[in-house]
Formats: sequence, C-alpha cells, structure tokens
Amino acid sequence: MKGCLVLENGRVFHGDLIGATQQAYGEVVFHTGMTGYQEILTDPSYAGQIVVMTYPLIGNCGLNVRDFEAQKPWLTGFITSEACDLPSHHESEGTLADYLAKQGIVGLTGVDTRRLVQTIRQHGSLKGYIVAQDQREHLVAGMTETASEKGSLFPALPRDTVKRVTTPTIYTHTKHGDSHVVLLDFGAKANIARSLAGIGCRVTVVPATTSFDKIQALEPDGIMLSNGPGDPQDCADLLPTIRRLGETYPMFGICLGHQLIALAYGARTEKMKFGHRGSNHPVKSLATGQVWMTSQNHGYTVSEADFPAALTVTHRNVNDGTVEGIAHAELPVFSVQFHPEAAPGPQESYELFLQFLVLIRERKGQQLVYAT
Amino acid sequence: MYTLPKDAKLLVIGSGPIVIGQAAEFDYAGTQACKALREEGYQVVLVNSNPATIMTDTDVADRVYIEPLTVATLTAIIEKERPQGLLATLGGQTALNLAVELSEAGVLERYGVQLLGTPLASIKQAEDRQLFKDLMEQLEQPIPESEIVHSLEEGLQFLEQIGLPVILRPAYTLGGTGGGIAETMEQAISILTRGLKQSPIGQVLVERSIRGWKEIEYEVMRDGNGTCITICNMENVDPVGVHTGDSIVVAPSQTLTDRNYQMLRTAALTIIRALKIEGGCNVQFALDPYSDRYCVIEVNSRVSRSSALASKATGYPIAKIAAKIAVGLQLDEIVNPVTGRTYAAFEPALDYLVVKVPRWPFDKFPQAARTLGTQMKATGEVMALGRNFEEALQKALRSLEIGVDGVYLAEVAAWSDEVLGAYLAAEPDDRRLFALAEALRRGVTVAQLQQGTQVDAWFLHKLAGLVELESQLKQMTLEEMTAEQLLLFKKKGFADTRIAALIGTQVKSMELQVEKSAEQQVAVALSEQQDTASAMTGLLQVSKTHPATAPTPQDVRAKRLAAGIKPIYTLVDTCAAEFESSTPYYFSTYVGEPEEPNSEPFSKKKAMVVGSGPIRIGQGIEFDYCSVHAVNALKRLGYETVILNNNPETVSTDFDTADSLYFEPLTAEDVLAVIEREGVELTFVQFGGQTAINLASQLAEAGVKIAGTSLAGIHAAEDREEFRQLLDRLAIPQSVGGTATDVTSALATAKRIGYPVMVRPSYVIGGQAMAVVYSDEELVRYMERATDVGQGHPILIDRYLAGKEVEVDAVCDGKNVLIPGLFEHIERAGVHSGDSMSVYPPQSLSEEEVRTIVSFTEKIALHVPVVGLLNIQFVIVDGQVYVLEVNPRASRTVPILSKVTGVPLVDLAVRVSCGEALAEAGYGIGLYPAKEYVVVKAPVFSFAKLTGLDIQLSPEMKSTGEVLGIGATYEEALAKAFVGAGIPVGASAGSFSTGLLVSITDRQKAEALPLLERFAALGMTLFATEGTARLLIEAGLHVHTVPRDEESTQSLLKSGAVQFVLNAPTLAQDPTRLGYQLRRFTVEMKLPCLTSLDTAAAWLQALEAKTKPIPMYLNV
Ligand SMILES: Nc1ncnc2c1ncn2[C@@H]1O[C@H](COP(=O)(O)OP(=O)(O)O)[C@@H](O)[C@H]1O
Ligand SMILES: Nc1ncnc2c1ncn2[C@@H]1O[C@H](COP(=O)(O)OP(=O)(O)O)[C@@H](O)[C@H]1O
Ligand SMILES: [Mg+2]
Ligand SMILES: [Mg+2]
Repeated sequence: MKGCLVLENGRVFHGDLIGATQQAYGEVVFHTGMTGYQEILTDPSYAGQIVVMTYPLIGNCGLNVRDFEAQKPWLTGFITSEACDLPSHHESEGTLADYLAKQGIVGLTGVDTRRLVQTIRQHGSLKGYIVAQDQREHLVAGMTETASEKGSLFPALPRDTVKRVTTPTIYTHTKHGDSHVVLLDFGAKANIARSLAGIGCRVTVVPATTSFDKIQALEPDGIMLSNGPGDPQDCADLLPTIRRLGETYPMFGICLGHQLIALAYGARTEKMKFGHRGSNHPVKSLATGQVWMTSQNHGYTVSEADFPAALTVTHRNVNDGTVEGIAHAELPVFSVQFHPEAAPGPQESYELFLQFLVLIRERKGQQLVYAT
Repeated sequence: MYTLPKDAKLLVIGSGPIVIGQAAEFDYAGTQACKALREEGYQVVLVNSNPATIMTDTDVADRVYIEPLTVATLTAIIEKERPQGLLATLGGQTALNLAVELSEAGVLERYGVQLLGTPLASIKQAEDRQLFKDLMEQLEQPIPESEIVHSLEEGLQFLEQIGLPVILRPAYTLGGTGGGIAETMEQAISILTRGLKQSPIGQVLVERSIRGWKEIEYEVMRDGNGTCITICNMENVDPVGVHTGDSIVVAPSQTLTDRNYQMLRTAALTIIRALKIEGGCNVQFALDPYSDRYCVIEVNSRVSRSSALASKATGYPIAKIAAKIAVGLQLDEIVNPVTGRTYAAFEPALDYLVVKVPRWPFDKFPQAARTLGTQMKATGEVMALGRNFEEALQKALRSLEIGVDGVYLAEVAAWSDEVLGAYLAAEPDDRRLFALAEALRRGVTVAQLQQGTQVDAWFLHKLAGLVELESQLKQMTLEEMTAEQLLLFKKKGFADTRIAALIGTQVKSMELQVEKSAEQQVAVALSEQQDTASAMTGLLQVSKTHPATAPTPQDVRAKRLAAGIKPIYTLVDTCAAEFESSTPYYFSTYVGEPEEPNSEPFSKKKAMVVGSGPIRIGQGIEFDYCSVHAVNALKRLGYETVILNNNPETVSTDFDTADSLYFEPLTAEDVLAVIEREGVELTFVQFGGQTAINLASQLAEAGVKIAGTSLAGIHAAEDREEFRQLLDRLAIPQSVGGTATDVTSALATAKRIGYPVMVRPSYVIGGQAMAVVYSDEELVRYMERATDVGQGHPILIDRYLAGKEVEVDAVCDGKNVLIPGLFEHIERAGVHSGDSMSVYPPQSLSEEEVRTIVSFTEKIALHVPVVGLLNIQFVIVDGQVYVLEVNPRASRTVPILSKVTGVPLVDLAVRVSCGEALAEAGYGIGLYPAKEYVVVKAPVFSFAKLTGLDIQLSPEMKSTGEVLGIGATYEEALAKAFVGAGIPVGASAGSFSTGLLVSITDRQKAEALPLLERFAALGMTLFATEGTARLLIEAGLHVHTVPRDEESTQSLLKSGAVQFVLNAPTLAQDPTRLGYQLRRFTVEMKLPCLTSLDTAAAWLQALEAKTKPIPMYLNV
C-alpha cells in the first residue's frame, strides 16, 4: 500500500507501507549506521520516535533471536529506502516487514531517505506522521489552517516516555557475580546489563522511579544509570535519588543516565538541532588524547553554560565539540553520552565498564578498611 | 605534532611499473601522499621508474627521479639527496620490500634516514608468515592451521598432518604469485615447488583451505597516538578462494549483522594496535557463513588496491591521511577534506552501495587460463555506485567495456544446459556472474546455486530479481510500458540499450526474437574489437540498421525523457548527508525524488574530460595521466572542469582533480546525462584512450560539441578505408594488403604480397590475434585457428614491413604541427609498439629519414585535420618511410615525451582545442630540439599471473607497464631501462658465473651468431638447444648442449646454472612445442627471457659498455 511521511513543515515523502497498518506519529530522527537495524528497532531510547535509516538496504540479514535490545520495539515508525524481503543469514528467523507487522509498528519503505535526512539536517528536528496515501489529504488540509490548530495537529512529544519504557518491577538479570550492580532502567538496552554481567557483575534491574531506600536495601556495590528516551529535564523528579546514590555508591551513567548525572550535579542540558544517531561518532578522551569511534543516540546534550565546578568534562565530540563524558571531581561518579555497550556500533569504549568495575572494587576495598 | 621539522626533505618510493596486482592505485596513493607532504611544508624527493604516472610529474614532487627501483639506485639517491625521512608505505609491496632491504643493508642507518609511518618491525611482522602467525596466536586471532615450510620434504610432512585441501602461499610475492589451492597431492607438489622458487626468501605457507567462507576486508587506519578507525568494510561476492582482486566486491558488507561486523572490526583494530600501524592498513577475513567463526587471512600494513577502492567508495582519502599520519599528525588534528568541517577521525557512513568488478585480459588472450583462484589476474577494475545493489551492479557491468550492459553474456547464453552445469561445478572463472544469471534464467534455484558455488543467497536473490525483471521486459512493448514501469527498470539499473535489446522479444513473432539474439551477438562481437567500436556503439549501430519493428536505445531514451525520467546525482560525502559537504563528487541514481533544476546560472564555461575506464592491456594509466593533465589545462584556461570516469584506482577519480567528479559508466547514455545536467560546453574525447574516442560519434549525434579534431577528422584517421585513401592522396607509402575470407583467398593474397605477411582478424571474438606469418603452412594454420573466419569476417593481410619502427606524437592546431620528439623502437616492426623498447631521441635515423617523418606527420595532421593530439607509427624499410597507423588521440607515449622533452603535450592540445594558435603557445612548431640526455623505455610484463600465455614478443600487446631509463648516453639509458624492467645489467650479469641458454629459430640463426659470439666474449657460459649448439660449435664457441626435451631444459633451469634465456621462436602460441614450454618455464622460474634478437643486441650493448649509471632527476 502506498503511504507517506508528512512532516510538520509541510514536506511530504512517499513510499510503501509495510508492517502494521495504522498511523504513526513521532519525532523523525535519522540513524547513519550501516548495520544494526535490529538493535536500533528495539532500543527503547527511540520511544515515540520515527527512525529513518540512512543506509538504503535494510533487513538483509533478517531478524534473529540474539540481537534484540529489548523485548519489544518502542519506536513508533521505521523508514527505509529498501526493506529486504529475501534476507540471507544463518541466524535469520524472519523478515523486517514481518517483524514490524507482528510488533504493531508502522514501516515506510521506498522513501528518498537521503532527501529526508537533508530536510531534517536543515530544519532541525521535525515531527511527522506516517499515513496511508488516502489519508494524507486530511492531514495536509489540516496543516493549512491556523498556527494554533497546527499545534494540535502536531502535538508536543510525550514527556513520560521513561516511565513508560522502564521495567515495571525489580528483577535479577544476573544472579552471580563478584560485585553487585543495580541498574536503573530508564529504557535500558539489553547490552548494558549483558556487558556488566560480562565483566563478572551481579546485575539487578530496577524501575526508574525506585527510591533510594529500596535500592540501598538491595545492597549494591555500584549504580548504573541506563540510556533512555526523551528530554532529561522531564525526569527532574529522579534527580534527588540520583544525587544520593552518587554520594553513596560508585555510579556510571550512559546517555540519558549521563544527562541525569549532569543535571543532578547542577549542569544543564539542551536540545540539539538534530542530535547524534549513528555508529561513527568520534569522541576524544581529554586524558589520553585518543579518539574512540562511538555508538550514539541522543537528541539532547549536556551544556557547558554555567558548568558546575563539581563536574569535569572528560570526553568531547571531535566534530562539534559537545560534551561526551563527565566525571565528578570528588565522587566515584562518571558518565558518557555515547554507548560503550555498543550494539549496534563500535566496541572499543567497552573498557569504560572495566573502569566502573575498578571504582567498585576500590570502594569495596575502602569499606573493608573501615570495618576493621 | 610533527616527527620532523617542517622543511625537512623526505624520500617517497613509488611502486614502479604497472603489473597485475600492483597497478594505478599506487599512482593515486603516491600522488596524494606527495601533495599531502608538500601541503605540510616538506620537501619531497620521489623515486619511481614508471614514467606514465602523475606522481612522476615534476610539479608533484620537488625532485623527481625516474630511476630503477633497486637498492643500489636508492642508496645512490639517498647519498646524494640526504633525505631525513623515508615514506615507503604508499608504494605498494615494491616500496615496502625496498624499505626492508635498505634498512637491512644498513643504508637508512648510515645516512640517518628515519623510516616514517608504520615501523619496520611491524612491516616484517605482517609480511613474514611465521612472525605473523606468532602475533595472531598471541592476540588470540584465529588463523587457518598452517606451517611455514622451506622445502618440499617439510611441506609434504605437514600435509600428512593436516590433509587436503590446502592452500599454498609463498612469502613476499605480489598478488599471490606462485600460490594456489591444492585438492590433490600432485597439485600440492607442483604448487609447492613453484612457490618455494618464487618466494624471494624461499618460504611457503601451507595452510588449511577455507574456500567457500565469506571474504570480508576492512580498511583501517591508526595514528601515532593510538586512535584507530575503520574507513570501510567490503564483502566479496565471490567467496574465499578467489583473490579479492579478482572478486566482485560490494561496500559496505551486505550480509553481516552488526554483531558480525563489529566482531571483525574489533579484530581488525586489535591487530593494527598490536602492529602499531601508523597509516593505512588492510585486514582480510574469512567468515564462516554458518557460524560466528572467522579467520584472519592476511594483513597488508600499507595502502593497497583495496584502500584506493575504499577511498573512492567512501570519499575518505586514505593515502593522503596516511601520509599526514606518517609525519606525526593525529587523526583528530586533520580536517576531513571532503566535508571541510569534520575531522579525519571518524568512520564514513555510506547511504549508497558500491560495486567493484574486475577487468580481466582474457578477451585479448584466449590462450591464457581464465580460471580464478588465489593468484590475481585482473589488470584493472571498475567501480559503480548506486542506491541499490542492482543499480550499482548493472552500472559496473556496463563500465567494463566488454560488450555487456547487464547480467547477460551472449557466449554463456549459447551454452547448453550440460555445459552450463559443468561450468558452474568447475573452478570459477571471469564469466561466473553471467553463468549464475543464466542458470537462474533456466530455472535453477537460488538454493541450488548457493550450494554449488557458496555465493551468498542474498546476491543470488538480487540476480534472480534482475532475471525476473528481464523476463517482464521481454513480455511488454515499449508502447505499452508505463512511465512507472520504466522508472522501476531504471531504478534497477537497466541501461537504455539493455531495455531496447530486451523489450518485446517475447511478445512479437519468433522471427523478431531470432533477430534480437543475433543482434546481441553482433553487438558483443563488435565491441570486443576495441578499435572499431565500444560496446554501446556496437549496439547502437546494429540497432540503427534495423527496420522499425525493434525499438532502439534512442527510442527508449526518447520515451524516458518524455516521461521526465532522468538520473538524480548524489554526493559522495562520507557522512550520509549528516553534515553539509563541499566536495562535488557525484554518482547517478534513479532512486529518489527528482532533482530541482539548477536555477543558478553557470558562472563559468564548463568543459568535460571523458576518462579512459578500467585499466586493460593496451589502455593503461597513461590515459589517466592525459585526462588529469587535460583537466589542469582547462582549469588554467578558466574553465570549470568536469571529469567522468569509472576507474577507482586512478588520480583522475580523486575528488580534488576536477571541479566536479562523476563516477559513472562511460556509455553514451551516462555521459550525455552528465553533460546535460552540468551544462557542459566542450567535451574532450581525445585523452581517454579508445574508450573516449569511441563515444565521439554518439555524443556528436546527440548535439554535443566535441573539442578538438572534428568527428569527420576522427573518422578519417580511424576508418581503415578512408585512411588508406587519405594516404594515397598524400602520396605517403603504406603497407600493401588485402583481405581474405577463406584459406584459398588468403594464400592467393599472401602470394601476391609476398611473405612474410602481417595477418590480423578484422575483429576478434576470442579468436586468433595479430601475427607475422612466414609461410603457406603457417598461414593455413593461422586461418584454421582464426575462428572468426568461419563466421564470415575477413582476415586482413598486409605486407610485413620488417623495418625500423618509429613512433611520433604531435600536437596540431589545424595550421601548424609541433612534434616534441620521436621514439625509435629497438625491436624491428612486428613487435607491438607497447611491447617494444624504444629510445628518444632516435639513435640510428638519418637526417633524411627524420625529415621525411616530420613532413609526413605534418601532412597527415593538416589533412585530417587534427586539432589536438595525434599519434603515428612509422616503419622504415631501406630508407623508405611507411605509415602503419594513425591515432587521432593521446597515446601511450604522451606522458613520457611530455616528461622528457618538457613540452606539455596535453596542455598544448587543450589550448589549441580551445582556439589558441600553436605558433604562439611558446614551444614553436616543427620538430622540437632534442634534449642532451637519452631516454629508453622498456616494457614490463605480468606473465607470471597469466598462466598459459605465450610470452614471445609479437604484434599483439602483452605488457602491463613500462619503465624508463634516463642516461647521459644511450648505453647508460639502456642499462637503467633493463634494470628497471628486471633484467640485470652490471658486473655480475656479464661474467663467467652467468649462464645463458640460447635457442634460436633456423630463420634467425645466421643473424644471431655474431650476437652469441659477443655474449661468449663477455665470458658468459653458453647453453644451447641442439640446433643452436651445432651452430655455435661450428663457429668454434664453447657451448653446453641441451637435449631437445622438456625434462632436460627444465632441470637445467632448476639447477641454477642459467640466469638468462634467449629464445627466438619459430612459432609462437603452440603449447605442444618445446619453445613454448621453455618460455613458460622461464616465467615460472622468474628468469629473464628475451625473445627478440633486437632486444638481445641492445642488452649486449648495455653489458659491453659497463657503464656505472648515475641517478638523474628530471630537470626540463
Ligand atoms: N586458507 C585459505 N583457504 C582458501 N582460500 C584462501 C585461504 N587464504 C587465502 N585464500 C584466498 O586467496 C586470496 C589471496 O590471499 P591473500 O593472503 O590475500 O594474498 P595476496 O597477498 O595475494 O592478497 C584471498 O583473497 C582468498 O580468497
Ligand atoms: N604491415 C606491418 N608490417 C610490420 N609491422 C607491422 C605491420 N602492421 C603492424 N605492425 C606491427 O604491429 C604493431 C601493432 O599494430 P598496430 O596497427 O599499431 O595495432 P594497434 O592498434 O594495436 O596499435 C605495430 O606496432 C607494428 O610493430
Ligand atoms: Mg589479499
Ligand atoms: Mg599501434
């Protein structure tokens, strides 16, 4: 069936609908990774967004059981230039279109994704609908009306996405391990817990809103703040807990977790023009001068205006100079904007998990000293 | 942070002559490197023996030495120039090996030369199989079980352990020379023996075969600070077992999940970290298609053919960045020159797909074994970009200029099911893709094909999709076809010619169908004769003579344009449009929304230079040189320049050569679309070899203004008959000749002309090529083998003018002619001008002969009339000057002449084409005064790669590259040229320890004797086959007689007693003859083998002179 993407600036992109047959609405963002569509599809950070893949051939390897980042996709729409319906990979268990249909996600393929990316690049982040061709008239008619009505046509994005995607209950991800990490799930990618488990941690995953006391009762050795969707400022209610956790335990934040640490210690965040989403973002470690290629997915960034003295910038984006990593001056608290858990993307920043482990071990050592 | 002070002098080593496995990509890499180093303020001293390159232009480096690439020469240059640094990772394996040798000889230490970039120890670690194996074990990187062996016994022992099949690979050889996969014990022994010989260090790696796994390459970079990045990964459509250079390759990989991709990427980075690479590096992997298992195949610790491909595929200039890293810069300090706003420390994101297809020489050499294995055989490659696989693949195929414009090869289509089945079951060759498509056409399933060939189902499904679309096309008529349908076919990459050839072939009567397939065959046939017509010309010409029933490509075009279906041009921007990009590097696609027409008026006049496509024997890097110079000249004249080409190895397709670069097939459809989009005023077809000139008529018909020589002029020179008449009118002698369509008429014609005669097919379908024929008997044999004759195509028979051949390049403005210099061939006519040694200025021409040549050149140029470049081959027999051939375009010798005379031929050609008068151009007219020094050009061959091919010099060109020797005297220049071409001259060559095996045809025994006496006088030990030995004994010379059998000659060569072979053949190309076997065996043994007495005489002259050549830099 013919369908189209209608953007709030009036631009329309045509294609063929695949997957679920309903309407989709969300902020339209693009990802420049050439592999990893399955991980992207299931990354909860895309909650409420329509994701455009810039690489034109998507779905070549089908979908397999090993590469999901969450149990279900949270994005609202998925746009490609081509969607492969004859995938070839020994692990493949189905096609992209079938997966989208099964999960109730709207897909649009055959789209001039390059032009779409250029539009987003020029205008900055845009909201849009994926609709069937025959419903398009409707929308476009609506858009010619007054500005206030336009606002209602393209409503603001939801502010409660974290609460929607977080785990409803506390659960144990990995039973055994030397150190116990409590992972605050703001929309965590599965590979964060897997990475922690991979370095020998015991991992308990808790809902984003879990109180300090409850977490303390779990007796963690370290706290991991996950990635997640939306504007970090929408999570202001979580900041006091985060602050207390940071004062008590070694803490490591990724992406949204990083932004929340920044907010918790007095920094600000701001929306970027169109964000960073891809597997090729260069990040420089200010300590070593080395550059990592990193996996990224964020539309907000930590601002350096009125930057608090308690924090220092540890990493920077090579291209636009934005803050990519911070550390607390005194506390064993640090965080990065990018994704050391990769999946998709380069794996070289994985060593940050080891750094976290070092902090955890140091603290354990200290406590041992105090106890005697 | 620079390693050396800003104005330090750096030595850059080039890769030498073009050979299979080491081609134009190193001109591209070296040129970029030199530019990058000078940009940083360094002084660059460049050494390369290859004169056809851009990198040896005097404005690319501060000092250019066109000198043999040997330790002795380099030592002398280092002593003279005292460079502080040496950059050796951009000149291929040649430069890398030289750096190792220089260091081991203590030269670098003695003169305090610092090796820049990747450290020597790392180079060795990657190159030496044992060290590499140890390192991989240490890094826990899987490699196939293997062992380094130094002898046959050792090898056999190991084979017993691991069993068959195995792959055998000699250490330190180019493009896998001497290696191979052995399924049987016999094969194993034969390959092992050859490999031990060919490895300069006598090592062969015996390894478990992993044939059939996916072959994946990663192009990676690392800077001195440890930052590592991947530029691109590439997936071979042909699985492991076919050399990557011979594989169809896509970038990025298509059948890898992110997990697979990252696993290999991480492995690649682990390896380059451990190796401490500073610059570019290539890591090849094999990935099991059914599990997560992988193996590291190879690491090339330098830029390579693959890195050139990756640079063009992504827009990321690897060689340039590698050069900057080598002098100490870090990736995050270098601005990405493509976007101009991001940094080199990032990984390109593609939003398109790239397909590379190799170009093989088998069309020219039907005798060469065309199976593909672990030794590379392709001479060049094409690259195409598209927004889907089908589009990129079909664009790449029509870029090849082999008479195909889709996944269809008439030859394969003519096979029976049995033949096709047997073909697919056997070792793959260059026709596999077409055979796969044909099998799908005949109902074989994807699953069956995947099982049989291990080609991934993803690619096969795409092929099946194309086959399905073809069958849809066959069932619709052009009238019925909707715009939407047409657009779909264009999106899938169908050329207008292909649509025209297929459409309606299954709805019309049977008769039409038959006509169609005959037409396609003719088209292929025509196109294979490169000098008559390109693929597309063939198709068009045939279609045009057709009655209205079948639509022509023009009909398809007309319908397409009427429907407003035009290609869209997309930028190669390294970042999938995430950032704005300022570099106009484009490719066409039909996928996407139509472009808004360019509303801005063009500020400057625009000119296009049509490039020369893939490198093939007979059309090499020299035309790329000419294209690049044409662009530079046009820029100087104030033109905005557009270049169109499809060869990823070259300088012309560097994004900063022309103002805009279009990476496109060189067919009328694709060229016209760009001309229209850009609003090009002037189009140049005289620099892109035969490829470009063949497009002239179609472009002109479509209203394009061709710069320089008019279409009629081009025709006057290219058309045999017209040209004959022109010469008659001008009273210029030419070889008399005739044609024959059968044996009887051939014998009659030959009789009339008198033997020997020069025979050639009027066009070639994999048949017999050009040859000199000495007798009725030979002529009958020739006619029997010339398959084309049976198909009604005549053979051309000319008098063989056994004289001195002289080659002239000239520039003409229609009124005056400037001849920068003459090249006299060292071998008499009958050896192709591309394969003969030649000397500038001529050494043995009389003043009268020179005057005649100049006057004939002027007459021809003015009467054609030529505006721009002109190339003529003359033969002088007994003082009489004949014309052999005229090419109204740039030639192989243009770069050489330009360099050694200082007359910028291409620049002048462009200027006169744009209206400037030659007389005012600053170089005068007539014959330009000769320089003081003497220059000798020598051909270089790639015989080791082309198994089965006879090596004797003939009118058919076989060389892949050339070297230059520049000396104060003829002898000195000769010596350098020989040495550069791998034929030693010097104290050790002419002494008692040197064995020379001679075997001379009866025809030339008398002529040979004085030469052989001189060899003996030099003290060489002579070995000779029986007849020749008798001759020598009668002359009172001491000689070892070698029995006339294969066994004896081979064991003699193996014994190491012989260092050189001189074999003047009676009859070439006959595998049953001892001569052929002897010649092939010398190739396997890597021994120089001369097949012409003229070459031998020149070599003697160089040996006797005992000169001590001094390196000279170009200073004109
Ligand atoms: N163990 C193996 N089994 C089968 N094929 C192999 C094996 N190793 C290499 N090959 C094939 O041989 C080709 C050439 O080998 P490579 O090591 O890359 O040599 P080169 O130096 O010529 O590039 C590879 O591209 C691959 O297809
Ligand atoms: N009639 C002839 N007599 C002697 N040699 C000839 C004759 N015709 C061609 N040749 C030789 O064959 C070579 C190739 O012929 P040419 O016509 O130049 O073909 P190409 O188009 O391949 O350059 C020439 O360089 C010359 O040495
Ligand atoms: Mg290789
Ligand atoms: Mg010629």
